[in-house]
Amino acid sequence: MASSMLSLASASASASASASLSLQENLKGKVKLGSVHFASCLPGKTNSIIKANHFGRISMSVALNASRFEGIAMAPPDPILGVSEAFRADTDEKKLNLGVGAYRTEELHPYVLKVVKKAEQLMLERGENKEYLPIEGLAAFNKATAELLLGADNPVIKESRIATVQGLSGTGSLRLAAALIERYFPGSKVLISSPTWGNHKNIFNDAGVPWSEYRYYDPKTVGLDFEGMIADIKAAPDGSFILLHGCAHNPTGIDPTPEQWEKIADVIHEKNHVAFFDVAYQGFASGSLDEDASSVRLFAARGMELIVAQSYSKNLGLYAERIGAINVVCSSAEAASRVKSQLKRLARPMYSNPPVHGARVVANVVGDPALFGEWKAEMEMMAGRIKNVRQKLYDSLMAKDKSGKDWSFILKQIGMFSFTGLNKAQSDNMTDKWHVYMTKDGRISLAGLSLAKCEYLADAIMDSYHNVS
Amino acid sequence: MNKACSGQISARVVSERKEMNCGIHGVSFSSSATPSERRLSALARHLISPSESCSCSASGVSASITSSDVGSVFSHVARAPEDPILGVTVAYNKDSSPVKLNLGVGAYRTEEGKPLVLNVVRKAEQQLVNNRSRVKEYLPIVGLAEFNKLSAKLIFGVDSPCIRDNRVTTVQCLSGTGSLRVGGEFLTRHYHQRIIYIPVPTWGNHPKVFTLAGLSVKSYRYYDPITRGLDFKGLLEDLDSAPSGAIVLLHACAHNPTGVDPSIQQWEQIRQMIRSKGLLPFFDSAYQGFASGNLDKDAQSVRMFVADGGECIVAQSFAKNMGLYGERVGALSIVCKTADVAGKVESQLKLVIRPMYSNPPIHGASIVAAILRDRTLYDEWTIELKAMADRIISMRHQLFNALRDRDTPGDWSHIIKQIGMFTFTGLNVRQVSFMTREYHIYMTADGRISMAGLSSSTVSHLADAIHAAVTHVA
Repeated sequence: MASSMLSLASASASASASASLSLQENLKGKVKLGSVHFASCLPGKTNSIIKANHFGRISMSVALNASRFEGIAMAPPDPILGVSEAFRADTDEKKLNLGVGAYRTEELHPYVLKVVKKAEQLMLERGENKEYLPIEGLAAFNKATAELLLGADNPVIKESRIATVQGLSGTGSLRLAAALIERYFPGSKVLISSPTWGNHKNIFNDAGVPWSEYRYYDPKTVGLDFEGMIADIKAAPDGSFILLHGCAHNPTGIDPTPEQWEKIADVIHEKNHVAFFDVAYQGFASGSLDEDASSVRLFAARGMELIVAQSYSKNLGLYAERIGAINVVCSSAEAASRVKSQLKRLARPMYSNPPVHGARVVANVVGDPALFGEWKAEMEMMAGRIKNVRQKLYDSLMAKDKSGKDWSFILKQIGMFSFTGLNKAQSDNMTDKWHVYMTKDGRISLAGLSLAKCEYLADAIMDSYHNVS
Repeated sequence: MNKACSGQISARVVSERKEMNCGIHGVSFSSSATPSERRLSALARHLISPSESCSCSASGVSASITSSDVGSVFSHVARAPEDPILGVTVAYNKDSSPVKLNLGVGAYRTEEGKPLVLNVVRKAEQQLVNNRSRVKEYLPIVGLAEFNKLSAKLIFGVDSPCIRDNRVTTVQCLSGTGSLRVGGEFLTRHYHQRIIYIPVPTWGNHPKVFTLAGLSVKSYRYYDPITRGLDFKGLLEDLDSAPSGAIVLLHACAHNPTGVDPSIQQWEQIRQMIRSKGLLPFFDSAYQGFASGNLDKDAQSVRMFVADGGECIVAQSFAKNMGLYGERVGALSIVCKTADVAGKVESQLKLVIRPMYSNPPIHGASIVAAILRDRTLYDEWTIELKAMADRIISMRHQLFNALRDRDTPGDWSHIIKQIGMFTFTGLNVRQVSFMTREYHIYMTADGRISMAGLSSSTVSHLADAIHAAVTHVA
């Protein structure tokens, strides 16, 4: 072993690419991570890697020949984001990307909202500085986002009973809340819907928060398993955190009705659970900001304490700017103030303070009545396009499918996504045969569908559903 | 009552938990109390008189329960203390004196005392806004590819062997803090040694970042208060006694808060020590170009650890050198032995990032990429960067001269020997308090001043204050 290490050392001395390759090949399978120390095999050996201009000393310290990270496995690609990577690699001209939930125009181009461009232009003209934001983020943004969520006249806001901290879009806001739960409610569980957004479980796992699922999607009806949902929430230990999608459930597109929301609130109240909302589509689902916030407002109106994560990725098209917020509605202003201070204490060792750009865009759009009005119009347009596409897809399916299958769930579902009911093998067929990219759970993003492609997609779905099991 | 107070309490939330664990009249419970039990205790606390309240409530940080807290699941959440560094600015803002001076802030200020947005940054931003084909689609988890490549070239050098051999992975992160945190989390999961050694003193956020990342934090001697320089002997001794494989945090240049950097010869000895002990170097590079005014010079320490063929980790921040503080732009680079390992490491970094914030913010990274890729903008940047560094060096000399002119007792040469934004004055807490009270000078209690907050017109006021503090306060 020692002699092969010596030869490796001299091989690595010439820092050419081919030497590295042979070094790599030699190392494969031979070297264990960490515990073996090779420097001791080479006492007093001049390391020719260190160039002469480093004082020409004989160096006792040779860099380890084995990587400390050799034993690390290649991680699998992200199930959602990996879909776009695969799509990009596909050269077939018929290919269709229905993977990631990012809005596309009818021409299937990404869309930057006009109000966003206007706001950015204004910001540039104003020549604002780039100083650090406070740990909790931009004050004007925090105020605007809480008011958007609950309504400016909401007693929660008037009584200052809400702790709002700017977060890194939905993910970052959820993570802060998870860290708060881990620290202040150790052992408490979060209940997530079955199914739910694929990253939810990762967030709670990494934050060290235990989780379990409540029944949600009923494949038989392609609708909500309401009784299962209520039963599972009831069965959870008192004081659990129940993760709810404020509107436009991801991935199913199936939302509870207002009456069902009331019942969900009842059982949460009864069990002293804490409702934890993920609001990623306010305004984007129905086209109306207020309507899409009605579930959250219903709970707040009951005087319940809540956690609400918000994202502006979709409704303001600010995906890459990472702008969102974590809100904690408390029973007193004093509690809200304390909770906010602890959220800050969690954010500081994660990234110190949040990015300013997206926050300023939101604050400018919401703060200017003209821009705010234009934003609402653009949101209605985006939501409207998706509703139109749903209709066309439904019509295409009903025209083509003579089996009598009811495809109306496509019209009943809401938001960017549709849960087609296709299983993994059928989803694979969609990709492999038809070059339609989607996630393996059968979810398609209607935001990535154009009216022009509805027929093609209908053919693909029909083939996969009827001919593949 | 005290029986319950000694119950199982998670070490992390001891101060907050203590309050909740106080048993009252038989209502005792452990840290796994249900919400209804917590509410019951909150209610119960209202019913007992103050003299009967639990003697073990945490000092200073426990919440005072008001009647409006009845029924809050958050009643046990204590108020966190204000961040010590940010608290300086809070106090400064409250002061109405016309001669007040804020030397706490770690952000560059102009001669006029104003924040600065670099001209190249404004130009790059204008380009971005004017670009009609610009989109705001999610970046990949690892961030903007071009930014990553250019950042690596900046810190390692354009013809660095690790870049040529494709054995460095660089991922965009949220400035320095985010890069350190992601790096720390990665090490906790995939590295066999969980101990990280940090210098004494170091940036206040370092221990918290690494602790929350899951590492165990130990320290190595660094600053010598007698010489106001490097305790090199202590440093080497402490690294020598570190367990094999331990991680060592190194400030690439312009050590924060002391401004004391090893000489190039000392760096070489540090490198040899680290390599011979098989320690893993983790660089925090927050001031490249900002310290000496020269980008290559300020990266020398890092490049030494790449030249020897070994592995290392580097957290880069563009907050100071590009003035992009609030945009949160940074990068984490992990230099590996082989391209194959680098690929695997990168895939695992994605698993750390995705559940933290999914993917990084685009704006700041786009600005950096625009500047680094364009020869003209890059050259303009180096000029503006040098101007900032030069102004700070000039303030150092002006302050040193002013103290010399006043015959202020003591050796103040460390002011011009130290490098970067900060000077560790050597003033003690009483002297610092005195300066705040009598001269309205705001600085952190450890005697650290930000030279970036000084200007030619305010140097004499500071010199007066130091002179008075040193001659009147022990």
